[in-house]
Amino acid sequence: MAVTGLKVSRRAVLSRAGALVVSFALAPSLAAAAARSSGEAADRSLPGSLRSTPLLDSWLRIDAGGITVFTGKAELGQGIKTALIQVAAEELAVQPQAITLVTADTARTPDEGYTAGSLSMEDSGTAIMNAAAQAREIMIALASERLHQPRRDLTAGQGAVIAPGGRRIAYADLVSDRTLHVRAEPRSPLGNPAHRRVMGRSWPRVDIPAKVFGERAFVQDLRLAGMVHARVVRPPSYGARLRSVESAPILRLPGVLHVVRNGSYLAVVARREYQAVVAMEALSRAARWEESANLPQQSRLFADFLEWPSREVPVATRGRPPDLRRLHAATMLEAEYRRGYLMHGSIGPSCAVAHFDQGALTVWTQTQGVFPLRRALAELIGLPESRVRCIQVEGAGCYGHNGADDAAADAALIAEQVPGRPVRVQWMRADEHKWEPYGSAMLARVRGALDEAGRIVWWEYRVWSNTHSTRPGGAGELMPAWYLERPLSPPAPRPLPLPAGGGDRNALPLYRIPSLKVDYRFVPRMPLRVSALRSLGAHLNVFAIESFMDELARAARLDPVEFRLRHLDDPRAVAVIRAAAERFGWREYRRLAGGGKGFAFARYKNLAAYLAIAVEVSVDHGGPMPRVLRVVAAVDSGEAVNPDGIRNQIEGGIIQALSWTLLESVRFDRTRITSRDWASYPILRFSAAPHSVEVVVLNRPGQPFLGTGEAAQGPAAAALANAVADATGLRLRDLPLSGDRIKGAMRS
Amino acid sequence: MIALILNGRSVEVDDEPRTPLLYVLRDTLELNGAKFGCGLGQCGACTVLVDGAPVFSCVVPVGDLAGRRITTVEGLGTRQRPGALQQAFIEEQAAQCGYCTAGMILRAQALLERNASPTDEQIRSALEPNLCRCGTHIRIVRAVRRAARERQRAAADGVSRLGGAG
Repeated sequence: MAVTGLKVSRRAVLSRAGALVVSFALAPSLAAAAARSSGEAADRSLPGSLRSTPLLDSWLRIDAGGITVFTGKAELGQGIKTALIQVAAEELAVQPQAITLVTADTARTPDEGYTAGSLSMEDSGTAIMNAAAQAREIMIALASERLHQPRRDLTAGQGAVIAPGGRRIAYADLVSDRTLHVRAEPRSPLGNPAHRRVMGRSWPRVDIPAKVFGERAFVQDLRLAGMVHARVVRPPSYGARLRSVESAPILRLPGVLHVVRNGSYLAVVARREYQAVVAMEALSRAARWEESANLPQQSRLFADFLEWPSREVPVATRGRPPDLRRLHAATMLEAEYRRGYLMHGSIGPSCAVAHFDQGALTVWTQTQGVFPLRRALAELIGLPESRVRCIQVEGAGCYGHNGADDAAADAALIAEQVPGRPVRVQWMRADEHKWEPYGSAMLARVRGALDEAGRIVWWEYRVWSNTHSTRPGGAGELMPAWYLERPLSPPAPRPLPLPAGGGDRNALPLYRIPSLKVDYRFVPRMPLRVSALRSLGAHLNVFAIESFMDELARAARLDPVEFRLRHLDDPRAVAVIRAAAERFGWREYRRLAGGGKGFAFARYKNLAAYLAIAVEVSVDHGGPMPRVLRVVAAVDSGEAVNPDGIRNQIEGGIIQALSWTLLESVRFDRTRITSRDWASYPILRFSAAPHSVEVVVLNRPGQPFLGTGEAAQGPAAAALANAVADATGLRLRDLPLSGDRIKGAMRS
Repeated sequence: MIALILNGRSVEVDDEPRTPLLYVLRDTLELNGAKFGCGLGQCGACTVLVDGAPVFSCVVPVGDLAGRRITTVEGLGTRQRPGALQQAFIEEQAAQCGYCTAGMILRAQALLERNASPTDEQIRSALEPNLCRCGTHIRIVRAVRRAARERQRAAADGVSRLGGAG
């Protein structure tokens, strides 16, 4: 790109980039349009997302150009593209390289809502697997007619239907425009799970090479012809209002094209990126804000949570409470577990590019949901949805609802002010830290009783939290809209419905307990902005349940693994526990000075992946925090399409959960968020990463996909606390389990 | 005009001297490898090499770099001829979102150039300035170890052929 001795011409390079973009903006797929306009109600008899998008050619197109598969799900660094390609290749009997995958784009792909909840394999993987199998059978039927051969004699392979004797017809020669424009059938002739060729193998991720060679891989890397750069001057605190700003001097700064002011919404547009940063800093200095001290006192937060009005959501009631007076005091335990607000903490601040041209808006965005975002942006800008297109392009890992949608709203609001010019907006680090919606603070109280044989006979559990999703929705859930001259407000927060739940996700233990009561206290008042963070309430609930299981096991004088197994009936739960314990060497483990081991188990959402984990720690009494030496996990995600992809996600989930659990809690004073960078909100670095993390994948060929991405968060947190308790005798119930807390607990 | 030696080639840029190198690389020279992460030198997503040493390009003014050798991940190899670390990161599948990857690779490159066979502790210590939020740490360390092995093997082959190690 850079030529010796020549000045690089920006314009020349930009026009090259522009040429690339044209191919990016293909006409909408007819099939996707047809499926949407059909307006049919969801057909519950169909598998996965075929329910809402039943036409086969919404998922799959075959022509002389090759095989194209469409998914409404987004690559977020979880490897979904590779897994979906494998699923399609398996059922179409082709090599993965033969498939082009198109991900979330409102003009081209099915509407599969959000890429969230570890549902992409269940929704999209299942849909693509069934659509591909049905397409294959349609092509075999067509070939049967053409070749005058019975269907049973024909096989599909390498992009063709093959007859005995070697006669073959390529898929592209069998399929015409309308061939796959048919509704899916409820049942599909799925391939035999015993003869997988592509699924079940650790196919290398298709997105990794571009990332190691510095190719265009992220929304941050988009460069459109004529693109300009914007930065937003965010208010200093949630409730701040812009009193005044002198923008004339800013307009005289080099490269500055435009200052956007709309109520308390303030942004600047410049020709070059760093010019936008300099202008944003100057504009920020020029702005006068009115703030108010309306945040709670952080040290009182949990007391406030208990005092603030809450709505009771019953989760489960089983049996009737035993006569507690007849139980021995030693067999009755109670405990309280707490976590503060947690940040998603994406390494790359949120970014989007928007182009407002001739009354139509195109937004390239790292959103998890192009269709919901399109609805919200259409409302925000006042355009019909048909005039808005959202195209998902990867950003840095998001781990839930971070600033991605808000950055798209920023880009749209600013692009509307400079029509005809693509606008790239990237947040600064403090924007992301202070404005992303956090994972809610949570508090859980549990009581449990054991009988003489060490069986749990009574369990009472109550958990408090804010909502765990404020995703759009509508424009009112886009944070920039709160500061416009005519501001929009988010709707009243709601608890998420069971069985998946939000704050009550995984609040019900999977253990056999004859008498139990579980409920959720939904706290509508949310002083800090909150939304979906990887695993929602399951992190704290599993941390609490699995810590408490260890406390009960200790009271029962039983080994924690044995204690869990005695209370479980589900053979797949038992299998992951045995696999993790065995690979870890649970029984053989010999404790060294300061060392300890901890165990935990959960089935995510009580209906998805099973995960058991064993952790070995070393706690140096003078040291700042426990050192995680070794982690072994076993996971059952149903049929494993890409075992290494599953291992990668579980390893990552474990390490991220260790970071949350050891180190993290958003700090704030009465007015502002004070966690504004990686110094004031530290996360795990290499020195604190475990020495080893091993993940055993229990593959279940032929079983439904159960998803993977969030399964480790709760169990990793609990196993760590259990290991610290084993090493020190100290039971830590408040997160983060940072060094100060451990030292404090040791002193007391 | 500021003259730089970027990935072995001379380039001249017309950015303001105080512009951090990161913006020059991304916006003026249109390279993707170095990423904006914090702008504060806290996360390492922007790591590049200047005269072989890792720097946070988000905080180094380009005006200080006239005549200096700058290496970005684009300069370490291509799909056709991948660098040892690039190849090792692919083989170990040492990425999730991959946003931190280029910075990790460059910091590891600097390490391997001064220590051909680092221990795991030395690898971790060298990578400490760089953050990964996806939790890919174990794989990244494994990839650096693999690259070190491959580089040593290549060097040994080169010596036996009386050629350079490239």
